[in-house]
Amino acid sequence: MNKQKQTLIYAAVTALISTPALASNELDQLKQQVETLQSQFNQTSTTVEGLMQQGSSSATTIGGYGELHYNNIETETNGVVTGKKKEIDFHRFVLFINHEFSDRVRLFSELELEHSIAGEGQAGEIELEQAYVEFDVNENHTAKGGLFLVPVGIINETHEPTTFYGVERNPVEKNIIPATWWEAGAGMNGELAPGWNYDLAMHSGLNTTDGDIRGGRQKVGKAVANDWAVTGRIRFTGIAGTELALSAQNQADLAQGANADDNSATLIETHAIWNNGPFAAKALYASWDIDGAAPKAAGKDKQDGYYIEGSWKVRSDLGLFARFNSWDKSAGDASDSEEDQTNIGMNWWPHEDVVVKLDLESYEKGSTEKNGFNAGIGYQF
Amino acid sequence: MFLLPSPLKSSGATLLALVLALCATPATARGVYQQPTEFINEVFGQQQNIAKLLWLSQELQTSIKQILGHAYPTLRLRYWHHDDSTAWVLEEIGKEKPITLGVVVKAGKIERLNVLVFRESRGSEIRYPFFSKQFYGRSLDRNLSLDGKIDGISGATLSVRAAKKLARLALYLHQQVTTKS
Repeated sequence: MNKQKQTLIYAAVTALISTPALASNELDQLKQQVETLQSQFNQTSTTVEGLMQQGSSSATTIGGYGELHYNNIETETNGVVTGKKKEIDFHRFVLFINHEFSDRVRLFSELELEHSIAGEGQAGEIELEQAYVEFDVNENHTAKGGLFLVPVGIINETHEPTTFYGVERNPVEKNIIPATWWEAGAGMNGELAPGWNYDLAMHSGLNTTDGDIRGGRQKVGKAVANDWAVTGRIRFTGIAGTELALSAQNQADLAQGANADDNSATLIETHAIWNNGPFAAKALYASWDIDGAAPKAAGKDKQDGYYIEGSWKVRSDLGLFARFNSWDKSAGDASDSEEDQTNIGMNWWPHEDVVVKLDLESYEKGSTEKNGFNAGIGYQF
Repeated sequence: MFLLPSPLKSSGATLLALVLALCATPATARGVYQQPTEFINEVFGQQQNIAKLLWLSQELQTSIKQILGHAYPTLRLRYWHHDDSTAWVLEEIGKEKPITLGVVVKAGKIERLNVLVFRESRGSEIRYPFFSKQFYGRSLDRNLSLDGKIDGISGATLSVRAAKKLARLALYLHQQVTTKS
């Protein structure tokens, strides 16, 4: 072996021996770098997650709903066709704008454009249906002041199209309660015990000299406020799928002082909702009792109505229903003023917040009959 | 002196008395019912080294979108895993605010579902056992839906919907972490 070869072997052995020492140092450095990177990565992830969650925690939120209706109804009187209604109407376009001022104080508002176009001589109108500030009194009770929906009935407060069957809202709550019904004032709601809720409100009242309930809504637009109303409701939802509710309202004078006598009026409303898997049933009864000569002369001193509805969700996105409604806006006299309406149809939810509806309608009052169908599409967000 | 009209005076006095009486009743409807750490301690006691981190990959987020209707707004999810049980603290918006649920899944079935924090104005009834017990024993079917009916609560539709979605999400995530481990 020559000297050159010996030198090379010596160098190689030395290199091999010294390599682990160098690798160990590098490993420590690498470990430190990985730890630093890991820490930086965690910080970045936390920041990104914070930004991701920020988007869903704004103090101001926007929501809304809308519904387009098509009605095809034929009217017959004594067996003779007296009218045909074929109408398409973007019935409601609604925006909710809510704002949380603090953890305890928040604003709810609902602005509605009815029948697509508003203005002088137009079919529709713009309505402010809710605008109230809610305050948490404590964790169990809230107080509110402003313009709010009267706590009565099933659809008066919850009426997004995806939440009820039928293209049109039921006629009993529309004509007797009268939904949608909002007033201005102050109120409280909360929970008394598990499953037991209450609402209590003192608010502006109706204004009608002859007991026309739906026509008596002043919609809080320069509303006469000589006589206020008090509404209370107790609601039990302590069994899954079940709701039992009783509402009562009293107004000292429905005519707001315009009649010679006081037209004291009391509304009683009660309803039950039962759900069991795909099956559901609803029943509602409402009744007005109005004092005074003018409402009595118009037969409107008694007004009442009820409806019953059964439904079956054939699939999670498809439901069938049947509803029978009966009401009388002039039950105080001997005239045959009872109105009956039956709707049978389906709701299809292509998305949980979108609904397509179709129903057959049959209406009868005395010798007048109306038959046809309704179709519609609605959404909420 | 300012005088109220008589109908207002009598109604107002009654209302005021009722308001005062109501305000004196115990308070529990809105807020923090249980801290997440308390929930985990209650479920797993003092078990050590059971906290894990799950990265929500694109593949996971695709399935999560199918369940929630949107991606889960985080990159990672902390969960707790011991034997064949996992526990999850998850959030979903009811109407406007996130509802925080604690869900325990054991061997693919929901063992416990607690509302930990409720921030909405309405719908807090979902925290009661008459509602939450309906989830116990439920598992996921092939369509990532619950395998049995859950009856809702009137007036709490959106809170009920959020609870159902989070129950499905916990079951799905349990499947993912237990299948992989």
